[in-house]
Amino acid sequence: MRILSIESSATTASIAILDDDVLRAEYTINYKKTHSQTLLPMIDEIFKMTETEKDSIDVVAVSEGPGSFTGLRIGIATAKGIALALGKKTVGVPTLEALASNYYGTELKICPIMDARREHVYNAVYHYEKAANGHYNLIVDKEQRLILIDDLLDELEADGSSVLILGDASGLIRDKFEKRQADKAKEIELIYAPAAMNSLKASSLALRAQALIDEGKLMDSSDLKPDYLRPSQAERERANASL
Amino acid sequence: MEKEVKILAIESSCDETAAAVVVNGRRVLSNVINTQIAIHTEYGGVVPEIASRKHIENINPVVIKALSDANLTFDDIDAIAVTYGPGLIGALLVGVAEAKALAWALDKPLVGVHHIEGHISANYIENPDLEPPFASLVVSGGHTHLVMVEEYGKYSIIGRTRDDAAGEAFDKVARAVGLGYPGGPKIDKLAREGNPDAIKFPVAKVSDSVYDFSFSGLKSAVLNYLNQAEMKGEEVNRADLVASFQKSVVDALVGHAMSLVDEKGLKKFAIAGGVASNSALREAMSKACEERGVKFYRPSPGLCTDNAVMIGSAAYYEYLAGTRHSWDLNAQANLQLGEKVEGVKR
Repeated sequence: MRILSIESSATTASIAILDDDVLRAEYTINYKKTHSQTLLPMIDEIFKMTETEKDSIDVVAVSEGPGSFTGLRIGIATAKGIALALGKKTVGVPTLEALASNYYGTELKICPIMDARREHVYNAVYHYEKAANGHYNLIVDKEQRLILIDDLLDELEADGSSVLILGDASGLIRDKFEKRQADKAKEIELIYAPAAMNSLKASSLALRAQALIDEGKLMDSSDLKPDYLRPSQAERERANASL
Repeated sequence: MEKEVKILAIESSCDETAAAVVVNGRRVLSNVINTQIAIHTEYGGVVPEIASRKHIENINPVVIKALSDANLTFDDIDAIAVTYGPGLIGALLVGVAEAKALAWALDKPLVGVHHIEGHISANYIENPDLEPPFASLVVSGGHTHLVMVEEYGKYSIIGRTRDDAAGEAFDKVARAVGLGYPGGPKIDKLAREGNPDAIKFPVAKVSDSVYDFSFSGLKSAVLNYLNQAEMKGEEVNRADLVASFQKSVVDALVGHAMSLVDEKGLKKFAIAGGVASNSALREAMSKACEERGVKFYRPSPGLCTDNAVMIGSAAYYEYLAGTRHSWDLNAQANLQLGEKVEGVKR
């Protein structure tokens, strides 16, 4: 099965083509240009470079959120358009599951975090479990959520085990955690992913997509939609006003 | 016989997700519009983030329906067209990303279209005889432009609003008198029961340009009138108020338009945009044109408001001119009329 995977939920734009056993291409950039200007030229480039027929794609996988609202929509609209034009199915991959897949098979507890601004992060907690077939299954300990940084640290400290921190909010967590440690001297270790493993990659997204496809999560391109984890500001204000 | 060019067009610049198939810029094979008016009405106006969220959910079903209504498949389509500006950036980006992906995957040309050029081109659909040169007044919630269409794809702006768009003034006045959103159709309806000469609302003239508009003073005059009545405890006749307000707007629009027609000795005049469906404006403009022996064109109301048919029409003439946009085409919230992202000429 050939998967085209598209990642544009945060500042990184990344595209990959993953066959069953071979990562045929991956193109990742982290630059100031908007996804609207980079994503499709990148896709075009890797298809040309690898002489891949567009119709040879079986599935279009895309990061479904959380992340930048606009970034998610550009990636998802791109995936929808390609899948619709080629008559292919899609799969929406939870962004933090894709990010955790950078550490496929690790024995550490994984805690991916993305900056959600206003003292919040998007976060989930996972670990890997070895399956009978020798593969590792991603087990969800905490589903994707929007959480205050302090609440997350309270939770991690209460849990007490060491965790692997990765994602674009690692720096935010590190600052807060170090300040708290000075106060409380809690005995937990946070392990920070190095830069090369810290960002979203379309290859990891495609890896996670393979597992989701095995679980029967393929969907029609019309049904694909972002998982924002946060209502629009207008909806939030309205909900607050009616309290 | 010349080859038929079938264009699949997409429009998502504000609160309508639309797709259409248009043949040779004039013949409509399908026209699908998913409107979000009901949702935004709850908020008293268009909420950009909510509009964007609806677009991403609606875009594929709308495209699929446009093809099936036309009894076509993607193979039959010659080019994909899309509005890339002006409009709400998040909303535009959904249509642009979708259109680019479709065009890329199908190996079809991509033609980006200016939203206002689309509105003007809506006149081509029902008027086979209409060809440039002609003058046009584009009036909507976001735009008030007096434009010369010199030739297909070549536009020059003669006048524009310095502050509020005409449609924006309608929306604000409608809100002030408690009619709600969208204001245009509601004022149009209520104004029919009122006396347009009941209250004199002046429309400001722009001193350094006879063709530019200003509606914020008019809007303030209406709001002041309401405030003063409230302070004095007087009952306001809302029908008279909105009829008088509407007359002031219409007088300004028709006055400017006819000055241009007279000055240039034009024989054809077309209106376009959401406010072009206003019955008082249509009537006044029609009468003024008739008096001068000028042929008056207006789209039927369904083609005045945002739709993809008009984008498919404008795109056809761009397509004929050889415009092909590249895969890095970006949405442009503030794209000016006559300003273009240069496509690759092929």
